[in-house]
Amino acid sequence: MLEIAGRKFRSRLFTGTGKFSSSEVMRQALEASNSEMVTVALRRVDLNDPGDDIMQVLDREKFFFLPNTSGARDAQEAIRLAKLAKASGGGNWLKLEVTPDPRTLLPDPIETLKATEELVRDGFVVLPYMNADPILALRLQDVGAAAVMPLGAPIGTNKGLLTRDQVEIIISQAKVPVVVDAGLGAPSHAALAMEMGADAVLVNTAIAVAGDPVAMAIAFAKAVEAGREAYKAGLGTQGSEASASSPETGLGFLR
Amino acid sequence: MEIIVNGENKNIDSGTSVEGYLKTLDINLETVVLECDGGILKRDEYPVRILKEGSVLEVIRFIGGG
Amino acid sequence: MIDIKFAEKDTKIMSQEPLIIPSFQELQNIMDSCCSEDVEAALHADHVGIKGLAALLSPLAHDYLGQMATRSQEITLRRFGRTVQLYAPVYLSNFCTNRCAYCGFSAENKIDRRILTLEEVEQEVDILYKRGFNHILLVSGEAPKKLGVDYLEKVALLMRGKFAAVSIEVQPLSTEDYSRLFRAGITAVAVYQETYERGIYDQVHLAGQKCDYDFRLETPARCAEAGMREVGIGALLGLADWRLEGLALGIHLAWLRKQYWRTALTVSFPRLRPAAGGFAPLLNVSERDLTQMVFALRIFDQDVGLLMSTREEARYRDGMLGLGPTRLSAGSCTAPGGYANADSGGEQFSVGDERSLVEVCAAIRKIGLDPVRKDWDCEFQVGKS
Repeated sequence: MLEIAGRKFRSRLFTGTGKFSSSEVMRQALEASNSEMVTVALRRVDLNDPGDDIMQVLDREKFFFLPNTSGARDAQEAIRLAKLAKASGGGNWLKLEVTPDPRTLLPDPIETLKATEELVRDGFVVLPYMNADPILALRLQDVGAAAVMPLGAPIGTNKGLLTRDQVEIIISQAKVPVVVDAGLGAPSHAALAMEMGADAVLVNTAIAVAGDPVAMAIAFAKAVEAGREAYKAGLGTQGSEASASSPETGLGFLR
Repeated sequence: MEIIVNGENKNIDSGTSVEGYLKTLDINLETVVLECDGGILKRDEYPVRILKEGSVLEVIRFIGGG
Repeated sequence: MIDIKFAEKDTKIMSQEPLIIPSFQELQNIMDSCCSEDVEAALHADHVGIKGLAALLSPLAHDYLGQMATRSQEITLRRFGRTVQLYAPVYLSNFCTNRCAYCGFSAENKIDRRILTLEEVEQEVDILYKRGFNHILLVSGEAPKKLGVDYLEKVALLMRGKFAAVSIEVQPLSTEDYSRLFRAGITAVAVYQETYERGIYDQVHLAGQKCDYDFRLETPARCAEAGMREVGIGALLGLADWRLEGLALGIHLAWLRKQYWRTALTVSFPRLRPAAGGFAPLLNVSERDLTQMVFALRIFDQDVGLLMSTREEARYRDGMLGLGPTRLSAGSCTAPGGYANADSGGEQFSVGDERSLVEVCAAIRKIGLDPVRKDWDCEFQVGKS
């Protein structure tokens, strides 16, 4: 079973709660996904329309909330959001996002490392969203990140695992769980990440904007399971040449 | 007197407590977090914290996000 | 029993702190569970796990030695280029407080004992410098009272600036001592477990600090912790079953990689050589066995430096050039003071390849590789204070 910072998860599909057409569709999709960890953002309440409340739609017994710091542009802003999230009853878990570029929403490695270090010191369980940079993953691990969340492709692009080679290195080196986040646009992308040995994936847009979000959530759940099973089973390797014995040319020196 | 709530100017009576003001809004207090003049307020501070002229209040809660 | 089969279970072993090497019975069980499909899979995989390594070391891989050579050569060429690094050992002292059945320096052996003075060390390293060596391995027996950190620090400072890399193969030290030596200019540490099989370990280590298996096993981690650029591990071949020794070595290597990502790692494959004391190897390890082990480790870890010392004969070392090993010693003398004075007695073992550096370089060039004598400057290193 997946374990992050001492907490166990049966499902290796984490889901985001943004971009759904309604709270009700979101609830149905997330329940269908069997996901146990959902990310949530923090925002000001709309004073003119305070109604729509995600907390009341989702059963917190079923879903573990992972507050994110979306919108933060530097470490300081992220730390402020982290403290607010904790005060909101979000616990001390945090998906750390520091994204200074509003166009691509790519994470800032330097500010992310700084914020991780400080938040870990303050007792937070930090899961930083990061570019698929293997050394950064190790540096984040070294300062106490509970997991690392490399992106598959820029967020919202649905392009899949463009960072495959880098993620492969991260998986082979990391001691903490690796959660592939962002850019996974189809169940096959999620399955690929899981086959490679990712510990979990986080999917939001691909489910939220699907023609039928509930059906797509089920499809992702199956893909994640299939990918994990394949990883555990040990994938066969590709290649055509395979003869039981080959001439030992070049080894004639052996005595 | 005037205070700033979530970036908007609001007129309230002087001597109003945070809780008193929130009751005028249709908000479930259990699901929000408040930041007043840069500091996070604990739940038991709501009735006793009196808003001042120019107080900056942030009313925040979880919303959907990835 | 740990059932090490696929990647998920490898992860469990690699995340242990501290590392526990599975018993040889457990390792044997892993190896017994391999089939020839596992050998073929390992030959074609980008990432080879513990099970794959077991398959490559198993008797099943015997018929695949040609394919293993091809794969090992291809990986070595891609990761290390057409180069072979060269180094020479300098024996500082043959005093030793341990009694190890297989070693010429063993405390009870009646040999000429000496420790070089700093002047003598300077003489020795000057000779090597003039011969063209830039990478030096300082070796000694384990006698901390005669040869301690103060002495090693003085030697390091004396060599600093002149040599590109200076590594040590001496008694295990504390993390603080390793940090101190790193700041003085020591770049790397070699510390071999000799055997990962506890029963045999106890049987051949009769007295002295070295009897403590776990303290020795934890030493490479302390070196890495202290900031050493490189750490070398190895097993003495001829004590326990080399196949399982290779598997244990691979596990130790992979664990160090996982825990200390900043540290470069090397592996040595010393086969027992004739030495004072007349110890007969407990088991025979043939050249073919050694070759299979080298290829298996290379395929298992594409980046690990593989050392081939002058314990092996010239014919064998030349044959293996480019196929896996990345670093060779040359022109070695294993007695303290032996470079300045050829008659020095008290060697650790007799060498199998007596060629000079010039001759070894010529052999390397002959097959189209570049002999590299320098790839770092210890002058650059700062270290944590």
